[in-house]
This record gives sequence, structure tokens and C-alpha cells, in this order.
Amino acid sequence: MRYHTPTTFAEAAGIAAAAQGVTRFLAGGTDVLVQMRAGMVLPDDLIDLKKIDGVDRIDPTPEGGWRIGVAVPGIALGAHEALRADWPGVVEGMELVGSTQIQGRATLVGNLCNGSPAADSVPGLVAAGAMAEITGPDGGRVVPVADIPAGPGRTTLQPGEVISALLLPPRGTAGGDAYLRFIPRTEMDIAVVGCAVNLRCDGDTVTEASVVLGAVAPTVVSVPAASAAIIGTALDDTALGTLAEAASAACRPIDDKRGTIAFRTEVAGVLAKRAARIAHARAKGENA
Amino acid sequence: MAKDGLTEFRLIGTRPDRPDGLDKVTGRARYGADFALPGMLFGAVVRSPHAHARIVRIDTSRALALEGVKAVVTRADLPDGLEGEDWDLQENTLAGDRALYDGHAVAAVAATSRLLAEEAARLIEVDYEVLPHVIDVDDAIRPDAPVIRQGAADASVPEGMPPNVVRYMEFGHGDIEAGFAEADIVRERSYRTEAAHQGYIEPHACVGQLGADGAGEMWVCTQGQWYIRRMCAAVLGLETAQLRVTPSEIGGGFGGKTTIFMEPLSLALSRKAGGRPVKIVMSRAEVLRATGPTASASMDVRIGMKKDGTITAARAEFRMQGGAFPGAPVDMALYCAFAPYKLPAVQHIGYDVLANRPKCAAYRAPGSPMGAFAVESLLDEMCRELGIDPVEMRLTNAVREGDRASYGPTFGSIGLVEVLEAAKGHPNMAAPLGPNQGRGIASGYWFNHSGETSVSMAISEDGTAQVSVGTPDIGGSRASIALMVAERLGIPYEDVRVNVVETGALGVNEPTHGSRATFASGKAAVVAAEQAIAEMCRRAAAEWGIDAEAVEWVDGAAQPAGPNAGRFPPMTIAEIAGKMGQTGGPISGHHEGLPEGVGASFGAHVVDVEVDPETGRVTILRYVVVQDAGRAIHPAYVEGQYQGGAVQGIGWALNEEYVYDDRGRLANPAFLDYRVPVASDLPMIDTVIVEVPNPGHPYGVRGVGETGITPPLPAIANAIEDAVGVRLTHLPMSPSKVLAALKGRG
Ligand SMILES: Cc1cc2nc3c(=O)[nH]c(=O)nc-3n(C[C@H](O)[C@H](O)[C@H](O)COP(=O)(O)OP(=O)(O)OC[C@H]3O[C@@H](n4cnc5c(N)ncnc54)[C@H](O)[C@@H]3O)c2cc1C
Repeated sequence: MRYHTPTTFAEAAGIAAAAQGVTRFLAGGTDVLVQMRAGMVLPDDLIDLKKIDGVDRIDPTPEGGWRIGVAVPGIALGAHEALRADWPGVVEGMELVGSTQIQGRATLVGNLCNGSPAADSVPGLVAAGAMAEITGPDGGRVVPVADIPAGPGRTTLQPGEVISALLLPPRGTAGGDAYLRFIPRTEMDIAVVGCAVNLRCDGDTVTEASVVLGAVAPTVVSVPAASAAIIGTALDDTALGTLAEAASAACRPIDDKRGTIAFRTEVAGVLAKRAARIAHARAKGENA
Repeated sequence: MAKDGLTEFRLIGTRPDRPDGLDKVTGRARYGADFALPGMLFGAVVRSPHAHARIVRIDTSRALALEGVKAVVTRADLPDGLEGEDWDLQENTLAGDRALYDGHAVAAVAATSRLLAEEAARLIEVDYEVLPHVIDVDDAIRPDAPVIRQGAADASVPEGMPPNVVRYMEFGHGDIEAGFAEADIVRERSYRTEAAHQGYIEPHACVGQLGADGAGEMWVCTQGQWYIRRMCAAVLGLETAQLRVTPSEIGGGFGGKTTIFMEPLSLALSRKAGGRPVKIVMSRAEVLRATGPTASASMDVRIGMKKDGTITAARAEFRMQGGAFPGAPVDMALYCAFAPYKLPAVQHIGYDVLANRPKCAAYRAPGSPMGAFAVESLLDEMCRELGIDPVEMRLTNAVREGDRASYGPTFGSIGLVEVLEAAKGHPNMAAPLGPNQGRGIASGYWFNHSGETSVSMAISEDGTAQVSVGTPDIGGSRASIALMVAERLGIPYEDVRVNVVETGALGVNEPTHGSRATFASGKAAVVAAEQAIAEMCRRAAAEWGIDAEAVEWVDGAAQPAGPNAGRFPPMTIAEIAGKMGQTGGPISGHHEGLPEGVGASFGAHVVDVEVDPETGRVTILRYVVVQDAGRAIHPAYVEGQYQGGAVQGIGWALNEEYVYDDRGRLANPAFLDYRVPVASDLPMIDTVIVEVPNPGHPYGVRGVGETGITPPLPAIANAIEDAVGVRLTHLPMSPSKVLAALKGRG
């Protein structure tokens, strides 16, 4: 195994493009190192991104959003009050990852690129409309985070491409987001169902909404019908009922050791309702 | 709460720090994997990826060609001709012509580093011919099931039984049909429990060294160094006394470390590698795939009850699979199932069934939790139907001293009634319950065990004492034994050091199992201390020139027994010890035997739960363990046992289970998906120590380690019904199952 420590993303992309065998980037390593130890993945080239300048920074963008470096660990996101005030749902998704030890290392980009359908931070990023800045051997591009996952363990990144930052849009006024997951225990577990809701209000009335589910299909799923169910409402019981039905209807889960199809489908609707209520309260400036 | 209420002790019942505590919290304690020797090699094991397969060919040439690889072992390196349990152990150590479960060891390799050994293991090529497999106990008992092993059944199995039934039992007393006829209601239900792993934090680890002369040593994480010695010697064809086994500190065992897994492989590899020591440390996946777990069970129970709650008759038929070898604890499950109840008529039927799973190992009160789940669940439902208080029903039928046990013997002193009374009066019983909240209660039982025991103690030159025991300290037994010896000698607790010693230092000891260490090693240590006291009295008498019988031992000193014996100032243990070199040499005591007078332990648990009706999640709100300890030598470690048992039972009840895919491979060989409870899942587990002293022990000790895992399974099922009105009969009661039951899909 060759271990690389590039100092620029262009160099990282170059190494990755030239590599022949199994290649992995190393952000926090909380997926990669575990997979190596378990013998599941034995990389020929391991490209550590943490020596690249600025990867540990969270910076405001000129538009009023946020640019998050690829090595920013969960604990640093959680400690960033301004970011948390803007995007509490994104931050709480990342904070659910692992334990205190894992939080010291695990990153948003690693969570995204590991490609798990159950990744906890991804529904929140997608609901927020986050973008990924990509550096490739032939230059850069910026794509919605929603377009990165391709299926369990797979992404749409091309050989040699590396994500160089994540971008969150400006929060704007009267907005709120929330993420909830269902796990059989209270921590140290993997989402059986996850749901993020991001919305904006005018008074009590929802004017914009995005409902995104995790762990119920091969990739994260946006559910436009669920968003439509609550836009124009004040989240009355009927609206919440329609939201839950739409969320359940969008599920394409599998039966596995973590939950049954019936369970995941049912609970997706329950979490959608509960997350929507929290996001709504946050949009109205209430503590939730 | 001592029953006699009279006895006063200086140390018994106090809570000093455990002698091993500082080492453990500072990381100095040496566990299995911490041991290393010069020139040591590292071993890795090749395991079957198939549930059932014929081994067509093993090619080790590519592994042996790798630089740094020093030895490879297959079944061909082990002796032939073993029988019975020895053959089972050998077959489980390394597969013969067939791999019998996913994870079954097929070959092992030793190399100069762990990474190299793992790489070499990947280079060993094994060709398999996959055979049909069977996982579930009810499938395995079918006449047309794939046969795990022809001729494995023992003499107890009647002619014509399905081929995977290897043991059969039927016992009971009274007229069962007359009993059912006398009842006002007779109810019958079927229950299922899934295999659960002991889940000890420390994986199996050992360093083994064996020379061409057949003499060897082993350092190993185990509950029983003599068991390791005997079993390794049997599997490898060694002379037992030529093997010396030293136990490490132990990070949990719960019964799972009373047998061998990879230990003989380290010795076999060492022998082939010219006697270089070989270390093997299992990964968590290996632990889950190839060690432990307990059996899974399918059970039918039928009970007759009168309107006043009196049980008139009971019948249980249990089927258990314990993997590809005989040994599912179906007998224990049946013995314990109705043990808390005085029954005029009872019938038990049991089947031990083979399936393509790992060889089951003992797990905390082996079998008892499954039986309790079935019986205590059905009793609770019947109480609900008749509108009877479940504690009163238990008191109505409770066994007392002198009663005939459901499984035959007559009970000596027991504390079930005291336990139930204490539960009844506990404040948790009166705590208000909100919507979707419910309360459940259940009883549990374990016999406890004595077993082969050998203990030595010796007085040091300064009057401190050392005790050598053969039972590894898992739950604080060194502290408890030190308390008892210090109490007897009349010296401070800190002046007694208890050492867990290697096989060369004592006669044969059974492992720390059956909740026996504080009872059996403790009782033997007290006898040994009394021998030393007698000798010290003799030394004092000789110096004083009086009869030894005229000397008594009080507060750590010899003194004349009464005015007629003579007038001498007390001679302290330090004075006597200081001159023992001149007065006759070392002063010590030694006791060995099968300590008699084991005291059984009953418990009752009360749990409050809340069920989320939209997701099926069950949250434990309050939990109290009430159990008879006989006497709590060190109450903190008794409470620790109660809490630990309850937590393991809660895990088994709610989320823990072995999940197999359709090819018979374990789907969850990691703690991520084998869900033991985490700390944030649980409230503080409250404990009530009831003390009905065991007359068979000098300080009244009953074993306390096992009973506590028994009641949680039914208590939680009973609480869930109380909360949301659905009855779950199949463990684990995971959110998926609870929600399905709530939606009528159960
Ligand atoms: C004990 C434990 C608990 C966990 N709990 C959770 C949980 O609750 N929820 C959850 O979702 N996950 C959980 N995880 C998984 C893991 O912690 C997360 O997925 C984490 O966010 C991964 O981030 P990382 O920085 O450690 O990624 P790494 O391991 O460094 O990388 C992960 C993957 O991303 C790729 N990658 C990394 N950076 C880039 C980049 N810049 N461009 C392109 N590809 C890149 C790597 O090649 C690799 O394939 C847990 C893991 C452990 C060990």
C-alpha cells in the first residue's frame, strides 16, 4: 500500500488519476480504516487529504452561505455556533455520527463518499440544497450533493475526482431544518430510517419545503410529493397525514437485519411528521 | 436484612476497593492479548464461509511459500481416535471432512507478524462442496432436515426420532391430567428465543508454547485454567501434567470462556514452528461467528390455574439447538422453568437438536432465561385473565424450605418468599404510570454450583496473608475472598492478598462458573485460614508451655482461653509470623474437595417500560432487581452482578439475536448489528439485596452471578403487554416486532 500526503487538491486528483488499483481518500478515516482492519478494503493507494491547506476550515461565502473543508470533523461543526444557527438540521445529522471519539475525526464528505444509504448527514445536506465542489484531473466542477450518491458504496465521482469542499446556501429568513433517525438503541447505531426536512415559513404557513429520506432506498431520496403535502399549510394534522403517506410511498427499502420493509416504510412517515414539526418550530424561531 | 439479624461482622458486608481495581482503571492489568514473549509468532485462523460444506481440498503451499510464515496446521496434524466430548472439542477446534457452520475453523497459520499471518491465511486455498444446511431449531427437528451428523444421538433418544435430535429427556411428577382437570383455566402457548452471545468485551486471546518433548505452557484469557489444560491436552493428545496454564485478567466471560476455541491451535502451531510461542487474538467477528453463543429455543408451555391463582398442573416441551454439537442447555432450562412454583403435577419434555451453527457455550444461568421467558409470560397472561395480582399469585405458589422442587430434589433454605415480599414493598411498585407505559414482574432461579476446589493460604513473615485460588476473578471474587479470610484471621482487609494462580500451583479447580467462586473458593479459603489459625495457636501454646486447646484466636492474636489457661498477653499474628522460622517453619493452610451446601438463589425483577406506539421502540423507564444473596460479602459487587445480569437480559429481550442469511451465514458478526445495550439505553438499575443466609457456607453465601439474567426476558414482555396490550412471544422484542404486533401484523 502506498500512502500519499498531497498538499493541493490538484495533486491529490493527479495521484488518484494515475493510480491503477484500489484507491481511497483519507479524510477522518472512520470508514476507511475500519474497512481496512476488517479486511473488506485493502487499498493500493491511500491519499490523505489532511495535509492540504484549509481543509479544516469553515468559512462564510460571499453570498452568505458556508464553505466547509473536507477534513472538518463533526465536533468542529457542532461547536460552530453561527453554522448551527443557520443549519441546525445539517449539524445534528453529522453530530449523530458515532461517539465522541468518532466525532473527533469523522467528516461530512467522508460520510457522503462512503456511499452508505444510511449515512446520517446526507439527507440534511440534500434537503438544504448543499453543493459539492469537485477537483478532477482536468479541472473543477460544482454539483448538487444530491447527485453524488449512486448506490450502496458507490458515487458518481469519476476516477481521479476528489471533493474539495462542501457549500451550504445562504439560510435566508424564516427557515428551519431538522434531521431525525430511527435506531433500535439510543446511540452507536446505524439509521434504520432517516428523514430530513428543510422548510421556510411565512407566519405559520409553509412556503418552501424539502423532505429527504435516508436508509429506505439504494440512495438518499428526495420526496417532492411529501414537500408538496405541507407547502401552503400550517402543518395541521391533515397535512401531516398526507406528508407521512407520501414519505412512506417513496420508500423502496429492503428487508434486512436492521429492519423490515414494512417497518421502514411505516416509520419513514412517522419521522417525516416529527422532523417537519421541529423544522417548522425552528423556522418560526422557537427552540426545538 | 439478614434473616437471623444477630450476627455482627467486622469486615463482611463492607465495601472496600477491589485489590485489582487500581491496575484495571490505570490500564496496568494484563489481559489475554497483553502477554508477549521473545521470538513470539502470531497465528491466524482460516474459517469456513459456508454453513455446511464438504472440504474437498486444502492447499497450503502458497501460504507456506510466503517469507515469514513458520507453520500451518490442519486437522491432519491432530490425533485420531477421540470420542465423546473430546471428539466434539477437536472437531470444533478444526473441521474434519466437513465444515459444520459459518466460521468453523479449517486451518491455522503462524507467521512473524499478525499482518503476515492474516495475509498467509488468505493464501490458504480451500475447495468446498456446499451442502444443504439448517439453522432454525424447528426446521432442524424435521425428519427430512439436512443431517448434521449421523450417529450423534446418545442413548436417551428413542428409536425413530428425527436424525438431528441428539438428546431427549422426559421427567416430572404427579398426575398431570388430573391436575389440568382440576383447574379453572388451562392455557397453552408457544414461545421462541433467539441465540444470544455472552458479549464479553475482551475477545479470546492466548499465547501457547509447545516443544517437541510434549511439554508446554499457555497464557490465556479464561474462566478456568484447568479446563483449558485438560481440553487442550485431549485435543492434541498431550499428557495433561506437561501443560502449564496461566490465566490472565479477564474482561468478561459469562460462561463463554469455560471451554476451548483457538487455544489448541496456538500449541499445535508452536510445536510445528520448533517450539516458538504463538499468540492468537480473535477479532470480534471471529468471536461472534465461532465462540459462545447460547442456544435458541422453541417452547410450548401449558398451565392449569384455579381462580384464586393456585397452579394445579404444568407442562413444558422445549426444543433447543446448540449448534452442530450436542449440548444445548435444554435440561437446565427445564429444571429452572417451574422452579419457583410448588406444583402438584408437572411434566417436562426436552429435545437437544443439532443445527449448522457454532457450538453453544454456557451463558449465565444456561437455559434458565429461555424457560423463564415461556413460563413467566404465560403465568402473567393468566393472572391478567383472572384479574389476579402477579406478585400475589407468585406468593400463593411460592416454594419454601422443605418443598419438593419441580425438577425433583427437596429445597433446603431458600429465600423466594422474602424476595417476593421485598419486591411487593419496593417504591417502584407504586410509581405512577403514564400513557403507553406499563409494569412487568417476573421471577427467576439458578441452582448455583460448587465443584472441584483447591485453595492454599500462607502467612507471610510480617503477619500478612496470601491466598492462592484457582478461580479467575471476574466479578470481584478476590475482594470477597480477602474479606472473608481477613474476617477469620482478625486482620485488616488490606493485609490479605488473593492470587489467582496457574495450574502448577494447586490441584484441579473447576472454572469460575456456576456462581461458585465466592461460595466454593471462599469456603475453602476460610477452612484453610482456620488451619493456619490452629497452627498459630499451637505455636503460641508451645511458647507459653500450655495446651494448644487452651489457646483461642481473638482479633488477630492468640490468647489463653480463659483464666485457667494461664496469664499471658495476647500474641499477635505478626509476632507469631515473625519468628515462625524458629518455631517450626512456614505456617499455612490448604483445603480441597467438593464444598457441600450450595445455596440456590431466587430473584424477582420489576420493570417499567414505555412503548412508542408509532415506532415500536421500548424504553426502560425504571428497573429493580430483588435477589437473595444469602449474605453479601461485598455488597457493591453483589449489586454489580445483579445489574449486569439485568442488563444482559434486557439486551436479549429487546435487540440481541443471531441473524442468518439464506445461505446460513451470520449476518451480524459485529457489535454494530449485534445490539447489546449501550449505557444511554438504560436507567440506573436499582437493586435490593435480600439476605437469607445459606447454612452451607460459613458466612451464608449463595452464588449471585447468574439468576439476574433470567427474569428480564419475561418481565419486559409482561410490561409491554401492560403498556400497550400486545403480547410478544418471540424474542427479541425489537421495534420491528413490536410495531408489527401493534399493527396486527404480528
Ligand atoms: C463506531 C462508528 C460509529 C459510526 N456511526 C455512524 C453513524 O451513526 N452514522 C453514520 O452515518 N455513520 C457512522 N459511522 C461511519 C463514519 O464514521 C461516517 O461515515 C463518517 O462521516 C466518515 O467520515 P470520514 O471522514 O471518517 O471518512 P473516511 O473514512 O476518511 O472516508 C470515507 C470514504 O469517503 C471517501 N472520501 C473521503 N474524503 C473524500 C473526498 N474529499 N473526496 C472524495 N472521496 C472522499 C474515501 O475514499 C472513503 O471511501 C460510524 C463509524 C464508526 C467507526
